[in-house]
Amino acid sequence: GPGLGRCWPAWPGGLLRTGGVEVEPGGAHGGSQGFQVVTFEWAHVQDPYVIALWILVASLAKIGFHLSHRVTSVVPESALLIVLGLVLGGIVWAADHIASFTLTPSVFFFYLLPPIVLDAGYFMPNRLFFGNLGTILLYAVVGTVWNAATTGLSLYGVFLSGLMGDLQIGLLDFLLFGSLIAAVDPVAVLAVFEEVHVNEVLFIIVFGESLLNDAVTVVLYNVFESFVSLGGDNVTGADWVLSPVSFFVVSLGGTLHVRIIEPMLSLSAILAITFCGICCQKYVKANISEQSATTVRYTMKMLASGAETIIFMFLGISAVNPFIWTWNTAFVLLTLVFISVYRAIGVVLQTWLLNRYRMVQLEPIDQVVLSYGGLRGAVAFALVVLLDGEKVKEKNLFVSTTIVVVFFTVIFQGLTIKPLVQWLKVKRSEHREPRLNEKLHGRAFDHILSAIEDISGQIGHNYLRDKWSHFDRKFLSRVLMRRSAQKSRDRILNVFHELNLKDAISYVAEGERRGSLAFIRSPSTDNMVNVDFAPRSSTVEASVSYLLRENVSAVCLDMQSLEQRRRSIRDTEDMVTHHTLQQYLYKPRQEYKHLYSRHELTPTEDEKQDREIFHRTMRKRLESFKSAKLGLNQNKKAAKMYKRERAQKRRNSSIPNGKLPTEIPVQNFTIKEKDLELSDTEEPPNYDEMSGGIEFLAGVTKDTASDSPAGIDNPVFSPDEALDRSLLARVPPWLSPGETVVPSQRARTQIPLSPGTFRRLTPFRLSSKSVDSFLQADGPEERPPAATPESTHM
Amino acid sequence: MGVAHSHSASEEVRELEGKTGFSSYQIEQLHRRFKQLSGDQPTIRKESFNNVPDLELNPIRSRIVRAFFDHRNLRKGPSGLAEEINFEDFLTIMSYFRPIDTTMGEEQVAQSRKEKLRFLFHMYDADSDGRITLEEYRNVVEDLLSGNPHIEKESAGSIAKGAMMEAASVCLGQMEPDQVYEGITFEDFLKILKGIDIESKMHICFLNMETMALCH
Repeated sequence: GPGLGRCWPAWPGGLLRTGGVEVEPGGAHGGSQGFQVVTFEWAHVQDPYVIALWILVASLAKIGFHLSHRVTSVVPESALLIVLGLVLGGIVWAADHIASFTLTPSVFFFYLLPPIVLDAGYFMPNRLFFGNLGTILLYAVVGTVWNAATTGLSLYGVFLSGLMGDLQIGLLDFLLFGSLIAAVDPVAVLAVFEEVHVNEVLFIIVFGESLLNDAVTVVLYNVFESFVSLGGDNVTGADWVLSPVSFFVVSLGGTLHVRIIEPMLSLSAILAITFCGICCQKYVKANISEQSATTVRYTMKMLASGAETIIFMFLGISAVNPFIWTWNTAFVLLTLVFISVYRAIGVVLQTWLLNRYRMVQLEPIDQVVLSYGGLRGAVAFALVVLLDGEKVKEKNLFVSTTIVVVFFTVIFQGLTIKPLVQWLKVKRSEHREPRLNEKLHGRAFDHILSAIEDISGQIGHNYLRDKWSHFDRKFLSRVLMRRSAQKSRDRILNVFHELNLKDAISYVAEGERRGSLAFIRSPSTDNMVNVDFAPRSSTVEASVSYLLRENVSAVCLDMQSLEQRRRSIRDTEDMVTHHTLQQYLYKPRQEYKHLYSRHELTPTEDEKQDREIFHRTMRKRLESFKSAKLGLNQNKKAAKMYKRERAQKRRNSSIPNGKLPTEIPVQNFTIKEKDLELSDTEEPPNYDEMSGGIEFLAGVTKDTASDSPAGIDNPVFSPDEALDRSLLARVPPWLSPGETVVPSQRARTQIPLSPGTFRRLTPFRLSSKSVDSFLQADGPEERPPAATPESTHM
Repeated sequence: MGVAHSHSASEEVRELEGKTGFSSYQIEQLHRRFKQLSGDQPTIRKESFNNVPDLELNPIRSRIVRAFFDHRNLRKGPSGLAEEINFEDFLTIMSYFRPIDTTMGEEQVAQSRKEKLRFLFHMYDADSDGRITLEEYRNVVEDLLSGNPHIEKESAGSIAKGAMMEAASVCLGQMEPDQVYEGITFEDFLKILKGIDIESKMHICFLNMETMALCH
């Protein structure tokens, strides 16, 4: 079959089976054998009914757990679910004295495990993962083999010493058991570590190990199983040699036809899915729209979360099966001891080796977490249930022991790991906002390091990564990504965009909270902007994936409606809103040192200038409310205005609508001196033609000598600043710009005061074909009416 | 080369070891590389870096090359560019990328960090005035984004502004209405980059040339 290769024919039939005993029909047939109006066909609907029932129970349980946040922060959800399963199993058993449902391996491997692993792979932080890949591989391969070997051999040794009593086990059985109990389980790790926020490196190592060791587990398991099937005596030396070979084959996904070892399609399901998720995440994310991305994300989380819930619950239920319970004190206890001890030893040894090559060393504290965090889980259980009871005589013992081990690690270790981490003061993950600066400098670092590596003639990490990203950009992305996605796919831009979005959202939320969103909602639009301000905590949370790095905004700005409207109604206001917010928030005022001189001609492109003016105008408007309470300085203002007028007169060869600057009311209380808004309109922006870049900045002002020569003015928007509620409400800038703000002469001629035409002005544009509605003006860019060309004054 | 030559050479090597902190093995390797780049000349010029093929793809190539000749990095002066550099200068620049030796004292470690960050700062501060102004920042951003041909220049400007604002908020906190933020000084720079783990970000493992450097 396909990659999920554990097709086991021994569990035919339905997904869920009872313990072999038929369940009574739920209701009674009527006594008579006549025509029955209502019949209960239990057997008919049994399977779906039961499935639905369990899912319902699981969901209710999950909801119930989360009602009390304190509980879930202490007890990992997985533990709770197991206990719940135990309870339920107990109820069923007590009621009917039958074993309840068990977790069948095929269900597990086909349906329950894939969503979890896919989700994990999809959200895997690639860079972290591949950066630590060497470490992860070492732990996964060598560590697992070590664990399996030592555990199996030690148990065998103890058996030989007679402590375990009389069991029908051979060395191979022990090795087989060792191999299945040795592997760290991804589901359990995810579930437990989700609450314990250790730093990312530590987490990625444990988690990566749990994913990659599946290949090893598969090989070992199959190898030993076939050996066991053959009987211990028939195993020859050749088989031992071939086994490592099969490891590589398994990892690469092939089959192995060997005379003795049966042909097995033993692909590693987990590995396959993991890498599928890892590889496709980038392209999927780039190619689909934002709504779809969100949908995908939440769907995966939901599936994964559901699967995890069911797994743990069934683990609990399956344990209540007296038919399988066999208890051997020595065996069970020693197993527990051995796996813990040997894991610790293994970790220490490997870490010592790794630290010689790692730049970021693994501290002893990290090692403690690594050893303690090696949880066993459902994978081990599924594997042990898969064993052939004929060949492995003591299968029940193994099953019981596995259950005990799994329960111990998940419940006990899960409970105690958080206090342990806190007590040891493990370096926690710092969830910080993505900082633009850090992104920028990080990028710069990468390039610098690559360059140095090139110069010094080395092939290093950066070189490889560079090569890969080059290859990816040239070939893979061309094929796998949409054109538009290719263009806009720079990560710095992503951060920038995200930051913008977040700021915009928080700004709007702030405004909403103060009840002053009137200026966004205009009565002229048919549909209001769909802004949903319900702060919602991330619902489908990282119960499965700790690695949720997306910033789940507390406020959901519904872009879909905007996009729709863009296509249909072209609602300009919304566009402008976003643009406004964008501009408003990321537009500090700068002053250049030198570059503008009012005697020089600055040939401008009208488009840019309009943008600039629009920009300043908008800023001024919003600024006006803030500055109203801060008072003004009349004198300076007058001086400024004078200069401004002069500048404008100089600039405009004609004043189309006849309005003269002098008409501007002096008591324009918008002017806050240092903010220099007015001064902004004095001259068109300095477009910095010297550097050749299109500089979208406020121009230089030389009017106020007191200003420092260069730098950024304080951000216009300071979140703590109390946006004067009354002002905002009273005078929405959209509706009454004329009274409160003084647009430049030019602006007034070219920007009619209704919001409708602002659409043309797209201050920030990624590319003309950007599909990002947030960043793009709707429709093709319309040129504003040709402005009068700059006359060459002086 | 006679014995005399190799004698003085090893002395030189020791001297360099002391100055730059590289081991003699690494120095030899780097010397070999230096000769490759310089074509067996005693000094290299900017043009020599054209021999490094992969460097072409690097968007901030010119800055990095300039950094090699920057007097501030060579510790020869507060500003200006050298015409050519010799091997010792080459090593000096390379030593900025040595992994930080954690066995040194804490002060030394902090000092190393600062040196690395200062190198970076010099790369940004093109006119050597001790501040990174918006103009310079914008140039950097443009360079960094120049790899992607579809991004327009205004984007770079906006991003630079956004970054500067972030920097301003970090360094100055809540600004007064009439405060002007002039540029990022070195202290501000340190503050901004406090979160970055410079030790792991800015080092090359000079383990073995032409082989994979296992740095993780």
